[in-house]
Amino acid sequence: MSEGIKKFMFVNTKAPYGTVYALESLEVVLISAAFDQSVSLVFCDDGIFQIANNQNTEASGMKNFSPAYKALGDYDINKIYVETESLEERGLTLDNIMALTYEDEDDDWAEKSSIIPITRAELADLMDEQDVVISS
Amino acid sequence: MATISVEGKDIEVDEEGYLVNLDEWFPAIASVMAEIDEVEMGDDHWDIINFLREYYEEYQIAPAVRVLTKAVAKKLGKEKGNSKYLYELFPYGPGKQACKFAGLPKPTGCV
Repeated sequence: MSEGIKKFMFVNTKAPYGTVYALESLEVVLISAAFDQSVSLVFCDDGIFQIANNQNTEASGMKNFSPAYKALGDYDINKIYVETESLEERGLTLDNIMALTYEDEDDDWAEKSSIIPITRAELADLMDEQDVVISS
Repeated sequence: MATISVEGKDIEVDEEGYLVNLDEWFPAIASVMAEIDEVEMGDDHWDIINFLREYYEEYQIAPAVRVLTKAVAKKLGKEKGNSKYLYELFPYGPGKQACKFAGLPKPTGCV
């Protein structure tokens, strides 16, 4: 890893609507990607719901910003960790999570999944390797 | 709140000239904004503006310039998907200016 590039991990723990945390975090993520940093995302606890399939915000009157997560691949953000215990605790599986993908530059732009299931214990180790962990 | 006059309607814009109510957009708004910025709109400009509107429809965000460039290259070809071409069309920056004409918010990450 070259000088000046830091490993940023954004940990999302809150439900997408009701507070501004999810949307604000997403904006910071998109901004940080513009600075050529190594960026990964984690979704755990109620943060899982941020990337749940088939969101419908009509009744709440809020904007459904979940389609924006599909753009992460274009921003070269392709490490999206989903904590498996959080899924299980909410009766969800990976099938309930949006199919977020990226195109692999080094593999003839093949479309690959950005979603990486990870256990709580693995996540703790991964956090240790980061330069910056931002949780919201 | 500032407004611009488009086909007899007063359209609200913010202090940087971006549309306040994104749903209000119609093509003549882009033409009027272009006139204000002294940009002569041609088919090439409209290609980018239509592209941006489709992008926003799909992703609900205005793409950063780097992402826009890459996406345009994929959709409209490499000769259009480079920043030199896009800056020639939109001298104040393809991200900011084209998004403004297209009725999108200011791109996230543009300063």
